[in-house]
Amino acid sequence: MNGADAIVKSLQKEGVEYIFGYPGVAISPFFNSILGTDIRTILVRQEQNAAHEASGYARISGKVGVAVVTSGPGATNLITGIATAFADSVPLVCITGQVDSSILGSDGFQEADISGACESFVKYSYIVRSAADIPRIIKEAFHIASTGRKGPVLIDVPQDVQMKTISRFEYPDEVNLRTYKPTVEGHAVQIRRVMSELQKAERPLLCAGGGVHLAGASAEVRTFAEKYGIPVVTTMMGLGTIPTRHPLFYGMVGNNGTPCGNRAMQEADMVLMVGARVADRSIRQPELVMGDKVLVHIDVDPAEIGKNAGPTVPLVGDIASIFREFNRRELELNFDEWNDRLKTYREQAVANRKAAADRERGDHVDPAAFVRQLSMAMAPDAVYVADVGQNQLWSCQNVVMREGRFLTSGGMGTMGYAVPAALGARLAAPDRQVVAVCGDGAFQMTMMELAVLQQYGISVKIVVLRNNVLGLVRQHQHYAYKDRFSGVDLGTLPDLEKLSQAYDIPYMRIETAGETEDRIKAFLAEDKTMLLEVLIDPEETV
Amino acid sequence: MKDNEKVFQILVDNTSGVLSRIAGLFSRRGYNIESITAGVTADPRITRITVVTSGDSDIMEQIEKQVGKLVDVRDIHELKPDESVYRELAMIKVRAAADQRENVIALANIFRGSIIDVSMESLMIEVTGNSGKIDAFLKLLSGYEILELARTGVAGLGRGTKNVIFFDD
Repeated sequence: MNGADAIVKSLQKEGVEYIFGYPGVAISPFFNSILGTDIRTILVRQEQNAAHEASGYARISGKVGVAVVTSGPGATNLITGIATAFADSVPLVCITGQVDSSILGSDGFQEADISGACESFVKYSYIVRSAADIPRIIKEAFHIASTGRKGPVLIDVPQDVQMKTISRFEYPDEVNLRTYKPTVEGHAVQIRRVMSELQKAERPLLCAGGGVHLAGASAEVRTFAEKYGIPVVTTMMGLGTIPTRHPLFYGMVGNNGTPCGNRAMQEADMVLMVGARVADRSIRQPELVMGDKVLVHIDVDPAEIGKNAGPTVPLVGDIASIFREFNRRELELNFDEWNDRLKTYREQAVANRKAAADRERGDHVDPAAFVRQLSMAMAPDAVYVADVGQNQLWSCQNVVMREGRFLTSGGMGTMGYAVPAALGARLAAPDRQVVAVCGDGAFQMTMMELAVLQQYGISVKIVVLRNNVLGLVRQHQHYAYKDRFSGVDLGTLPDLEKLSQAYDIPYMRIETAGETEDRIKAFLAEDKTMLLEVLIDPEETV
Repeated sequence: MKDNEKVFQILVDNTSGVLSRIAGLFSRRGYNIESITAGVTADPRITRITVVTSGDSDIMEQIEKQVGKLVDVRDIHELKPDESVYRELAMIKVRAAADQRENVIALANIFRGSIIDVSMESLMIEVTGNSGKIDAFLKLLSGYEILELARTGVAGLGRGTKNVIFFDD
């Protein structure tokens, strides 16, 4: 047995089903060892997609996603994907091949200091010096990636270490990390304080962030809201914590959020921030918004608490276990009056939206209405993956969530995330419908993955909102630079119909609003990869 | 220490790259480093990093939390001035011809400095103390030409019997 065999065996011990990767000389011992095992290799078409696919897989499976690439350019191509996963706290283990130890540090062929390059956006990284350390390092890497605040871990393995013979393989039962012990249980005193603040509150609001999904805690959070009648808003990453049409849901907060959601945030006298970073896109001026309220900040990462807003009650721990504790309590609470107030705001917002939708846009498809129709037509538990740009904002503002999930690159805002992430999501849930919604700019960043979908028979529904421009940047130039449009014109290529043919993917197009409903139905009818191009007016703004 | 300065003692596992992880965190999050020193503790597995930093109380709290969550970090806490001792060492090479030597040596003696090297034209002085003392000594030497100066940065220890062995494995 050599080091590469030990890596593969360790991955098997961790229950890894898929690796997303791309071979090269420095990682070839690994690709030799994985052959003939029960771990399936998904050969991506560019390494960035390996990390995105592992990310989609991780977010839907709840397990750690694994990407394996070669040294130098293979590793550096992976970087954007690692940074994307880090920003959204997605658990990944990324294994990179490295040049032989003997030439490490001498600028050898395809040598890149990948652990140095990634230092600021991995949770931890290893350079493996001795093959005997491999089982321990992989055990630790999976543990670090998937516990506490989750995130990517990098393991850089020189080729000679992969080839080194090891006398015996023993996979540790547990990790022994003296310095890493994330808090799981919420502090009992703080839990009591939250409950007593809740009793005093008149207008409490629960704001759910992406951490709720990462903790697998949406059921617990929903139970809590329903038990006490507490209104719920979410950040973009928290969408789907409770269904969009749930009576207690009042929308998304932030500068791309709904007027109702933001008003709820303004008027609440107590906010429970749950698994949310209070980052600039959600709460632009935290001191202004939070100044006069009781702020309870619940997060698994103590460093998030107080980073952007000073809480009245900090509560560190696993969200699921904290909310189970909340739900064990019995309090007599009534927030009907507050809910009634928010309901009128919500009704008003729906009326305003209808008026906007009715505005004259000729035959053009209304992207907001399209997203609502699409998401309503999707299976209730479907996975909706939005890319980045106008498509993301139309999606997050209008998607109708039921029991499904909404995935997107929230923190990093990485264009090209949707198609590969949807691919990974589908592998994690082969029975669920997975729909990727992209703009034509974002789609062209990772459309090479169409080959992967077809090669492995992975069914993903792809929507391309086509306006031949980089819509969100163009919109920014419209408002901020008085229509001086610079570098946003995509031209009219590629012909997506021909492109679909080239990849042997069925293709459909929606040109006018009138044909939307039927085409969506046909698009979703069969469980096979399909591409739907929707023509959008380039002048359309979010 | 200046008013907005604090000394943090960071105890880390002695892994490869640990100092760069700590220093990198300070630089990318825009925290100041006035001085940083590192060296092994009584427990050879553990390295002590002493950082003097400055900023408001929110930043200090973030420093503690962000450093504290790095995987290699066992412990970070402030070495409070009234509960700790800080020392810094400075080596100062001063131009001093034979007729100036005695004056310089006299100044060094007042600060309990020692002369550690002599040449025809210069003296090398070693002085230890807290940063304020070294600053004061340098000020006193301002009438002379300082040829070279090496300061180590602050090392510190908490008073009392606490030690690094209290960590459990």
